[in-house]
Amino acid sequence: MVKKIMTGNIAAAWGARLSRTEVIAAYPITPQTIIVEKLAQFVSDGDLKAEYLHVESEHSAMAACIAASQIGARAFTATSSQGLLLMHELLHWASGARTPIVMANVNRALAPPWSVWVEHTDMISQRDTGWIQFYAESNQEVLDTILICYKLCEDKEIQLPAMVGLDAFYLSHTSEIVDIPDQELVDKFLPKYEAQYPIDTENPLSLGSLSMPHQWYPEFRYKIYEAMERVIPRLYQIEEDFYKQFGRRYTGPLELYNTEDAEVVLIISGAAAGTVKETVDILRKNGVKVGAIRLRMFRPFPKKELVKALSNVSFVGVIDRSFSFGHEGAMFSEIKASLYGTKFSPAIKNYIVGIGGRDITTDTIKKIFDNCFNCLKNNKIDAHVEWVDIKV
Amino acid sequence: MKRAGIPTEEFIYSGHTACPGCGAMLVSRYLLKVLGKNTIMNIPACCFAAIPGTFPETCLGIPLLYNAFETTAATASGVEAALKIKGRKEKINVVGFAGDGGTADIGIQALSGAIERGHDIIYVCYDNEAYMNTGMQTSSLTPMGASTTTNPVGKKGGWRTRNKKNMIDIVAAHDIPYAATVNPSYPMDFIKKIEKAKEVNGPVYIHAYSVCPTGWRYQPELGLEIGRLATETGIFPLYEFEDGKYKISYKKKTKQVIEYYKLQGRFRHLSEDFINEVQTKIDKEWQKLLLKEECSNR
Repeated sequence: MVKKIMTGNIAAAWGARLSRTEVIAAYPITPQTIIVEKLAQFVSDGDLKAEYLHVESEHSAMAACIAASQIGARAFTATSSQGLLLMHELLHWASGARTPIVMANVNRALAPPWSVWVEHTDMISQRDTGWIQFYAESNQEVLDTILICYKLCEDKEIQLPAMVGLDAFYLSHTSEIVDIPDQELVDKFLPKYEAQYPIDTENPLSLGSLSMPHQWYPEFRYKIYEAMERVIPRLYQIEEDFYKQFGRRYTGPLELYNTEDAEVVLIISGAAAGTVKETVDILRKNGVKVGAIRLRMFRPFPKKELVKALSNVSFVGVIDRSFSFGHEGAMFSEIKASLYGTKFSPAIKNYIVGIGGRDITTDTIKKIFDNCFNCLKNNKIDAHVEWVDIKV
Repeated sequence: MKRAGIPTEEFIYSGHTACPGCGAMLVSRYLLKVLGKNTIMNIPACCFAAIPGTFPETCLGIPLLYNAFETTAATASGVEAALKIKGRKEKINVVGFAGDGGTADIGIQALSGAIERGHDIIYVCYDNEAYMNTGMQTSSLTPMGASTTTNPVGKKGGWRTRNKKNMIDIVAAHDIPYAATVNPSYPMDFIKKIEKAKEVNGPVYIHAYSVCPTGWRYQPELGLEIGRLATETGIFPLYEFEDGKYKISYKKKTKQVIEYYKLQGRFRHLSEDFINEVQTKIDKEWQKLLLKEECSNR
């Protein structure tokens, strides 16, 4: 165990290194570049024994990772924003081919106008690709989640890819103390990758061939559905193992913060969750019953866990750092849908905050809490969706 | 075992779903005869994505990885990298097998990247000169004069008037160690070139002439004859690019383009003037190729 001060990008590269990834195919994109640079350095110095492919696009990066994984190598890539979108077609392919690839994605806004700062639209718009999705709050969590993801994805009952989101600049370029676990312990936690059906000339298999309507297509898809259903229970087990091995405890798909007796709860994901928790502390000191939920995982969506966590809450504010135009924030939609049909259904409102990297301060969050309490007091939600602090 | 220089072992078994007289079947058959059992093939969206059969059946005796349309070369790169790190590359040929659209259009970026990176892969383009799996739409390798469903003959013309890309020159510009054109109508030449390709350490590009009776509109039994005409007219010259040098492997350009055209429905609409124009162009290209050979060997 070594403690070092490092950025989220370096932490992601360490996650890939400690996981002993064997094939890295990556394309540089701001603000992810440092991940691929650091990995290149690890490989050049002989600290990581991997094939490093300087591919000509993110699309090819993902294609190469899928193929490498099908041959039986542990594959890693990292991207961001437009790069993730360029991969979109192959993201579907990766899950359809059941390849347990792990990817770091630096969450960045989409153009136009150009913006290299944080937003979650890039990953949210990959919602239906069949990838497991994590959003990290700290650099430590970035590193640890990559280790957890390989263990989760390579599980024989799961065999799906995962992406770990880290907020552009707030995590990618901000330094924090990170504990780098011992390689020996990581090796114990995460043994070598053994592909279930590695491509081998002694036992020739065809992977991904045509399926007629009367054949197996729906069954292949049903298997992905089943695998996704197993992710959250398995995650709890893996995180328990992780705690025993490394002494750091993660809380499954949700992190609950002062929710037990809270009247109003704000839900958020990513690094700004820290600001929300800070605001909760401030308000709690004044006796205000507020709480926060950090959504660590967006796919599979932790419906059951959320409903349980919100069962005594009167008002829920959902902060989205993305927007589904023509509708509402995607997290809001999903949370609302999860609550539908349950015995208890709190009032719920959507706040769009901090997109394109605009700062979220405790003042912003206080204002949102105030608005929630106002709605609660008046027994009326003033607006279904509110874009906070918009200048037009 | 070899008979008349051609290995007798087969890796394509009966039960495939190709059209009668399919050129891609012959191309893949000769290719695999030479490359043998220790071969992993990558196939994008193309006729060959359907030909080997539907899951769980296959008529191929080697492992196949299917991949997205534009990713053949990137996928082959990933296969090669993984085999290398696993210590298995020495024994295994990694093949990308794609049509003309997957190679010269949507897949050209990945192909360029893979060659530039120097992966030890054999990339084979079976060129049937249009998007045949989707029903004969124009690709950038559809030849001048041909009609397709997206270059239909109409009252104001409409057939293809652009010339096809020269893929060998494109890959040659990457300083590729070995590239060659092959034609199943010349099996010995075909076999010899793949045998060479197998020994190359680094990327190889093979451009294979691949007749298509349904798309080119001719009777299937004429396929081999049309193939021979393609080379004898200079429309599809047989040559190699090796260590920076061009080498023509069949130098008899004895026939006129009209002989090739008149056997195929896709050229039926052409006027004499247009055919003469094409003839001039082909003659020029042939002279250029002779010069390339001469200059690069000087």
